[in-house]
Amino acid sequence: MKILLPTPLRQYSGKQPSVELKASTVGEALSGLVSQHPDLRRHLYNEDGKLRAFVNVYLNDEDVRYLEKDATPVSDGDTISIVPSIAGGKEVDGLSNFWIAELNCSCPMRCCPACCC
Amino acid sequence: MATTTEIQPATLSNDEILRYSRHLIMPEVGMEGQQKLKAARVLCIGAGGLGSPLALYLTAAGVGTLGIVDFDVVDYTNLQRQIIHSTADVGRKKLDSAAEKLKAINPFVEIRKYDTRLSSDNALEIFRDFDIIADGTDNFPTRYLVNDACVITGKPNVYGSIFRFEGQASVFATKDGPCYRCLYPEPPPPGLVPSCAEGGVLGILPGLVGVMQATEVIKLILGAGEPLIGRLLLIDALGMKFRELKLRKNPDCPVCGTHPTITKLIDYNEFCGIRGEETAVETGVPEIQVEELKRRLDAGDDLFVLDVREPHEYQICNINGHLIPLGDLPKRVHELDTSREIVAHCRSGVRSAKAVTFLQQAGFKKVTNLAGGILAWADRVDPKMPKY
Repeated sequence: MKILLPTPLRQYSGKQPSVELKASTVGEALSGLVSQHPDLRRHLYNEDGKLRAFVNVYLNDEDVRYLEKDATPVSDGDTISIVPSIAGGKEVDGLSNFWIAELNCSCPMRCCPACCC
Repeated sequence: MATTTEIQPATLSNDEILRYSRHLIMPEVGMEGQQKLKAARVLCIGAGGLGSPLALYLTAAGVGTLGIVDFDVVDYTNLQRQIIHSTADVGRKKLDSAAEKLKAINPFVEIRKYDTRLSSDNALEIFRDFDIIADGTDNFPTRYLVNDACVITGKPNVYGSIFRFEGQASVFATKDGPCYRCLYPEPPPPGLVPSCAEGGVLGILPGLVGVMQATEVIKLILGAGEPLIGRLLLIDALGMKFRELKLRKNPDCPVCGTHPTITKLIDYNEFCGIRGEETAVETGVPEIQVEELKRRLDAGDDLFVLDVREPHEYQICNINGHLIPLGDLPKRVHELDTSREIVAHCRSGVRSAKAVTFLQQAGFKKVTNLAGGILAWADRVDPKMPKY
């Protein structure tokens, strides 16, 4: 099966847009993903090992929250998508527009959406 | 046919009939649809990347009343994607620049300007006079504010957002459909991961997504086709791939669920974890001014200039620093000599302040941050250097 990664997370997956692996559940697939790419772990999971609330995981076109979450069975042809929240365009007081970006930036130029520096 | 917004038709003049003739001869729009467009009142939040194509197309299409909320001024770096503004508009209010273009395209449209930052204090009042809200904002607090205000006032939220090469679009907060909070109950915490290299947006992308929002607005007005209700469209411009995910209305949603806990607008900056005036710049690391650095380099002092930007930024301009992107610093720290005096710089000084803090913790004693970064260098030392 395949896990599709959004652009901003690809820097933690060796620039790969997707990862192919074998798994029987969504949880297994995700743990396979973070063991292949350990840098991804803290972007997807909180300190308690739970999936972060602003990271949505889809199995094909269904939100796994409405399936069986981590226990949702997966098979070979399936695709898991990680769908982060994005806010958009840029600037507005240097506020972040993507969840990996930094918020408390006061750069007067306001020209870099992620952190203005 | 999904009708989510009931709009009573308005009558058209002969000039308008001619102008909209390519709509009128299409049965899906026709006279009735065009009259609905004329009667419709659409509010665009923001006149930037998404707002530009949105407002331009809605105006051209004959939406009768178009409101725009924006408090910003046109910046030179906006022009790469905010196509409603032109070079001569740099420094003008986006509202004035946008209104002028829209009036020129279609004088039959009433443009209502809201020269303000959308806030919990004014959102409900502004929304009241519109039928549909199109969210073209660019930050999380306003996203949640727009969503909650749409749910509270019962107006559909035509949503679009972009990041680098990717976009998302949906229609939230219709009567039976999910809202933004059903999809993302809470915002990401600020500063989860510092990632300065992740900025930028491909200029055409807001065009693509903004036009999709305009399409959805027009479908909602006409009651035609299948709106993006309960569907999240994912746009990958690099792969030119469009995917669709199912969205469900969350019965436990704090704002649109069966037992809502949020029934009035809240403090969205606080909700998104943004703390007032706190800045990343004031880290208290030792600084050197650009003039001082220039003087010392010219004097032949033994200074090691460390550039912590990304390689693509180095290509735009550099001061011959040794390039180690901030993210690579931990694993490449051995390239640096603890005994030498190091001046770290980035674009404006934020990343390099982090680099200085990191190096201090790693035992470097003689590290300073170039105040204002290479931008200050371009402003005060080398005016020929390009800025970005």
